[in-house]
Formats: sequence, structure tokens, C-alpha cells
Amino acid sequence: MPADIFVRRFNNGLVFFLSVAALTAGSILITQYDVVAGFTSIAKAFAWGARNFYPDHHAMARLPEILRKLWQTVLMSIAATTVAAIFAAFMAMLGSRTTRFNALSSILVRGLASVFRNIPLVAWAMILMLAFSQSLVTGYLALFFGSFGFLTRAFIETVDEASLDAVEALRATGAGYFAIIFQAVLPSCLPQMVSWLLFMIDTNIRDATLVGLLTGTGIGFTFDLYYKSFHFHEASLVVIMIVITIIVIEMFSNYVRRIIL
Amino acid sequence: MTQVSQFPGRPLLSGRPLLEVSQLVKRYDAGKPALDGISFSIRKGEFVSVIGPSGAGKSTLLRCINRMIEATSGEVSFEGASVGLLDRKNLKRLRSKIGMIFQHYNLVERLTVIENVLHGRLGAKSTLAGAAGHYSREEKRQATEVIAMLGLSDHLYQRCDRLSGGQKQRVGIARALLQDPRMILCDEPIASLDPNASRNIMEQLKRFSQEMDIALIVNLHQVNVACKYSDRILGVNAGRLVFDGRPEELTPEKISQIYGAESRSLTAELGEQYAS
Amino acid sequence: MTALQQIPGRPLRKEKVVIRLLLLGLAGTTIYALATLDFGGIDMAEAVRDTLANLKIIFLHPGGPRLSFLSALEEVIITLGLAFLTTLFGGIIALFLGLLGAQNLSPKPVTVVVMALVALIRAVPTILWVLIFAVAAGLGSTAAVVGMTFHSISYLTKAYAESFEDLDRSVIEALKASGANWWQIVFQAVIPSSFSYLLSWTFLRFEINFANAVAMGAAAGASGVGFDLFMASGFYFDLREVGLITYIILAFAMALEAAATRAKGRIKHAG
Ligand SMILES: Nc1ncnc2c1ncn2[C@@H]1O[C@H](COP(=O)(O)OP(=O)(O)O)[C@@H](O)[C@H]1O
Ligand SMILES: [Mg+2]
Repeated sequence: MPADIFVRRFNNGLVFFLSVAALTAGSILITQYDVVAGFTSIAKAFAWGARNFYPDHHAMARLPEILRKLWQTVLMSIAATTVAAIFAAFMAMLGSRTTRFNALSSILVRGLASVFRNIPLVAWAMILMLAFSQSLVTGYLALFFGSFGFLTRAFIETVDEASLDAVEALRATGAGYFAIIFQAVLPSCLPQMVSWLLFMIDTNIRDATLVGLLTGTGIGFTFDLYYKSFHFHEASLVVIMIVITIIVIEMFSNYVRRIIL
Repeated sequence: MTQVSQFPGRPLLSGRPLLEVSQLVKRYDAGKPALDGISFSIRKGEFVSVIGPSGAGKSTLLRCINRMIEATSGEVSFEGASVGLLDRKNLKRLRSKIGMIFQHYNLVERLTVIENVLHGRLGAKSTLAGAAGHYSREEKRQATEVIAMLGLSDHLYQRCDRLSGGQKQRVGIARALLQDPRMILCDEPIASLDPNASRNIMEQLKRFSQEMDIALIVNLHQVNVACKYSDRILGVNAGRLVFDGRPEELTPEKISQIYGAESRSLTAELGEQYAS
Repeated sequence: MTALQQIPGRPLRKEKVVIRLLLLGLAGTTIYALATLDFGGIDMAEAVRDTLANLKIIFLHPGGPRLSFLSALEEVIITLGLAFLTTLFGGIIALFLGLLGAQNLSPKPVTVVVMALVALIRAVPTILWVLIFAVAAGLGSTAAVVGMTFHSISYLTKAYAESFEDLDRSVIEALKASGANWWQIVFQAVIPSSFSYLLSWTFLRFEINFANAVAMGAAAGASGVGFDLFMASGFYFDLREVGLITYIILAFAMALEAAATRAKGRIKHAG
């Protein structure tokens, strides 16, 4: 049989498998990933965790302090996200095809957003720490810049995907730019934008742990302190509190999404 | 067996029937049963249509035969073996002897025609060979042959999402035929097709039933189609068998008995139309 | 005036109320946060000025005595390698969990357990997973890959399960009716039908894992460009080197993003 589908499928499968195998071997080689240790560490980590990684009553005594830091981190994440969202909303109006002034403004905004988004959070944190040192401002600004880039793009996509019909209709009535934005664009895009905002808050609370670790602030730093001084019971309590916080916020977000979307 | 005696004109079965269904009951939830004590039997190579209003239980009936749905009570026996008692392995063997054809074809659209047809062999293969899609030369030859019989040779290597509805249904038939089945269950095979494609599909089914001695149970919506092609017709209403006989015996009174309220409201509607 | 008053007030729908309350709440929280958080008594004006000066050096004079362009490139490739391994391991495990989590393939209790497990995994920040495994494997690439794999599993399981669920139950029913068993159905129908979505989702995760791998280099001692970034800014205070590294990461991240956007387009088109 010419062009036999089974031969072709077999060859495609073989090529796919061999490429993945080659990439895997190459990656293991250059990263010096230890395959055996990788596997055994999982079992070891769970065994170790069962023995050491749970909160004891000493750790519980630290709960108020941990909660205070966690609260601080959540506040910082929310503040960074909300302010970033305001800036991003402005930028999205300039960047979206529907609402932009001209093609140039759109290209500039999209480029700017792309730079902010693609500079990794750790790079922002490291760069900002040079001048702002180990303070909450560093973490706040790092989260702010990353969120700003991400939300600008998300909002632009949201506005681009929303229907143009209402905008066109308002334009036909001679409505001005701001009237169109507030009467047609925002009402139809707001639920989706809010959904992105909630997603970003979620992400930022997780990332705040990382940024905190790097910049010596917030809950990330608290974890690092306990972890580096082998106070694993306390460290485990930090993890549990973070998990609870994130799950509660995620459930809240999903609840809100179900209503508004 | 009270129900059988309701139909004295029914032809006597010669020898053991291929399929025997007796007192089949299916209750989905606490409400009215979807099947309420259905009994009938089917001979080798017989072409049987099942008609009845939607919601009567036709699809449920078909699926209880190959245990895609577990019946609540009653018995189904195929080639003398009780279907309800089969273990997993034997259930798989049973299913591989019974083909099934669907209203929406139920093909893996991203695969080619021949691959979908070869899926008919899965029931006869080991798990590994089937999962890996490894088919013997003989199986591929059979598949090509069946595809040719259905006039799809030009589309052998075409992906199924590029085919028309009629062509897809022919792939569905080819898949069932490749199982080398004793019986094929068809759940409204022509409900999504235009009249020409419908005629083609029904004629193909009739042909295979006769030439290959395959029994067919076909759920149908159209009474006239059922009359034209079937050896026998079963009428189902609200989970009960209300007619079992040859097409000639299907009088207008019987039809309105099968379709019950639906046909009455149909007549009423027509009446209103004429009145206005 | 009277005419106006006769117009009945537009009834507020529930969703509008919720959005307004939410936005008000967020605004209030933000103001409260900015007013009360201890920003550590730094001279804001000076810090901003310094940062701008730093950014100028970073972006206008990238380079550095320690790190050549080529060796920086090598480091990025190591980071890509970490991201690849993480995505691969995560993908393989997620494939099985995804099958168990898909409602058309597994019984309801199993899907519920799988999805709950996956949500729990996701709630632990990646860096914490990595640090927890570092206790057993030591700080470095191995712990980073294992820890990051956990999040990949969680993300991909959800994505794969949803892709699998796109396949009609009826197709599965057809194969079951012909006597095919679960594994045969999975490999002959489910995976062929969803393969291109699986690839797209996996690629989207690869993009995320690249950023994660950079972060783990900086925060958890994994090799690759993240570690160089950490050393350049935290240890040598070499802004020009930070610039070089940032540019290279930016270039790779943008290329990956462009590719990921295409992958996302494929998923959306199908959806
Ligand atoms: N999975 C199910 N769960 C609950 N009830 C069902 C289910 N499938 C079918 N039914 C009910 O059983 C009855 C018979 O349905 P069905 O066999 O599909 O009829 P038909 O194929 O003749 O239209 C209907 O009342 C239907 O609502
Ligand atoms: Mg039906």
C-alpha cells in the first residue's frame, strides 16, 4: 500500500519518541540532573516530611507572628495587583484595536507590556533591591511591574475579543471617546477583566512567597528563616497557612467568577 | 409470556432463536421504568425495526442487549448464553460479536477511515496490540475489502472529519462489519441523514443482513422506512412492547396505538391547521 | 423632573452588585495596605532616582567582565534544559492523572479525588516545593526539577483532563460496544483525538517552566541563568552583567511567548 497510514504513524511516532529521548538525554547532561537522586528524593522527602514536617506545639506558639506576616504579604499582593490593574486598564485602552488612538500607540503599548511581562519576577526583584534594599517596597514594585505587563496584555485581549457592535453603534451616534469607553467597552469587558484581576491576585500571593524569600520580606522570608535554621515544624506551619490562604482565595475567586461570567 | 399470546399472527420460530429477551425491565431512577417487561426473540439474519415515540425506551432497549446499560431485571440470552451472567472477559467477547451503529456515527473524527474501521477488531485483540494499534496484514486486507464494499475506497486514508454524514455512517457500518458480527444494533442510523443518504444506508444494511446472514435490530423514527425494509416490526410505547408483527400487519390503528398521544396530537394539529 | 422620577430605577443584576462590591473591597484593601504597610523608612525619591540610574546602566550598557555573551547563552540553554525536564516529567505523570481525572473516562469519586489532590499541590508555591525536596536531594538542579515537576503535574493534569473530556462520551460508547477495553479506548480514541491540544498545553507549560527555572536558579541554587542573575546582582553588584543577563532572558522569554501564543490560538480555535 503506498502512503500507508500505519507506516506513516509508526514513523511519526518513532521520530517523536526519538526527539524527546534525545532532548531528555541532552537536558540531563547539561543540567547535571541526577536521575536516581531525583526519584529517591521524592520517597525520602515524603518519609522525612512525615517525621519532621508538621507543626508541633512550639510551632503553634509562633502562629500569631506567622499570621501577621501572611496578612502583610496578602495585603501587599492585593495592593500591587489592584494598582497594576488600574494602570493596565489605561494602557489596554491605548493598546486595543477597538479603542486605540492609532496603530503606533497600540504597538508601543504592546511592546512595553511585553517587556514588563517577560522580564522575570526575580530579575525585577534583584534590580529593585539594589536601590530599595530589603523592604516591602521592593516586593511590592516587583509584583507591580510583572502584574502590569501581564494584565495589560490580558486586558487588551479581552477588549479585542469583545464585540465591536456596541462601539460601532455608539460611534454612529456621534458619541465621544470617553463616552464610548465607559458606556460600551467597559460594561462588556468588565466581568472578564475582573476575572483576570482575581487570577492575578491568586498568582501574586504565590509569587510573593518567592519575592519575599529573595528580598527578605513578608511570609517568604519568615519561611526562609525557619527553614535555614532547621525549625521545620515552624516552616511546615508557614506552608500550611499559605496553602489555606491560597485555597480560600481560589474558592472565593471561583465563586465570584461563577456569578459574574 | 402473556405478551406473546397477544400476537397470534406471529410466525413460529424455526430452531433456537439467536437472541431472546424476556421480561426486561430497566428503571433509571425512582420514577416510571424506561423498559417495563419487554419480551421478544430474534432469528439469525432477521431484519427487525423498533419503532415508537421518542422517550419510549428504544435506545435503552438496544443498550440493555449488549449491556452498555445494566438492566434492572429480566433476561437477555444471545446464542443460548445468558448475557447478564457474563464476566468481564466474556462480556467483551459477546460485544465483539454484536456490532453497533449510531445516529451520530460516533467515529474518532481525527483518525482516518481505515483506522476507524479497524477499531472493529479491538474486541478481538489483546489489550497491548489494540492499544498500540497494531493490526495484522489480514485484518488490514479485510478492512480494505469492507471499505470497498461500502464504496469508500477513494477515502481509505482520509480523516473522518472531512466526510459527509452518509459517508461517516458507511464508515460506522464498515466498523461494525469488521467485527464479523452475528447481529448489529442500530440506534436511529438515518436520523441525521438526508433522504438519499438514508436510502443508501438502509439498502446497505438490508444487503448485509441478507448476504451475510446478520440479524439487525434497527431503531427507527420513520414508519414507512421500517415497513419497507423490515422482516418484522416491534412497536414500543412507554417502555412496553405494544406491537410485534410483520409490516403488513401494521394497521393505522396499531400505529396510533404505538405512537399514542403523539399521533393524536399530530392529528389534532393537522385538524387545527385545516380549520384555520 | 416628575417625568424622570417615573422611570423605574434600573434593577441591579446580581453580577453587577458583586462586581461593584468586589472592586470597592479591593480599592479599600489597597488604600488600607498602602497606608499601613511598613515600607521600611526608605527615602523614596532617592531610591527611585537610584533605580532609574541603575536601569539606565542595565539597559544601555549591558556586558560584563565575568560573563561572555556565549557563556550566558550556555546558561540559558541549561535553564531551558531544566524547563524541558520539568515539563516532560510533569507531562508524563499528568497524562495518567488526567485520564483518571477526566469525567468521561473515570468514575466520579476517582475524578473528585484526583482533582482535589491536584488543587492541593497547586496551592503550595513552587519555591516551597523545591525547598522541601532540597532537604532530601540537596539544593540544586535535582531538587529544582522535582519541586517544579509538582506544579507542572497539577497544571497539566487539569488541562489534559479537560482536553480528554472534549471527546464525546458517545465515541467511547461506540468502542466499548465493540468490545474494546479501557486502555484500547484511551490509546485508540482519546489520545489521538486530543493529541494536538495536549501538545499545545504542554508547550504553554514549558513557557511557564522557563520562567520558573530562572526563578529557581536565583532562589534555590539551581544551575542556569537564574543563578548568574542572582550572583551578578546580589553578590557582585555588577549592573552591566545584570543587563546582559536580563536581555538574554528577555529574548528567550519573548520567543517562547510568541510560540505559546500560537499554541493558545490552536486550543481556542478547537474549543
Ligand atoms: N441515562 C439516563 N438516566 C435517566 N433517565 C434516562 C436515561 N436515559 C434515558 N432515560 C429515560 O428513559 C426513557 C427512555 O429513553 P430512551 O431509551 O432514550 O428512549 P428513545 O430512544 O425511545 O427515545 C426516557 O424517559 C428517558 O428520559
Ligand atoms: Mg433514542
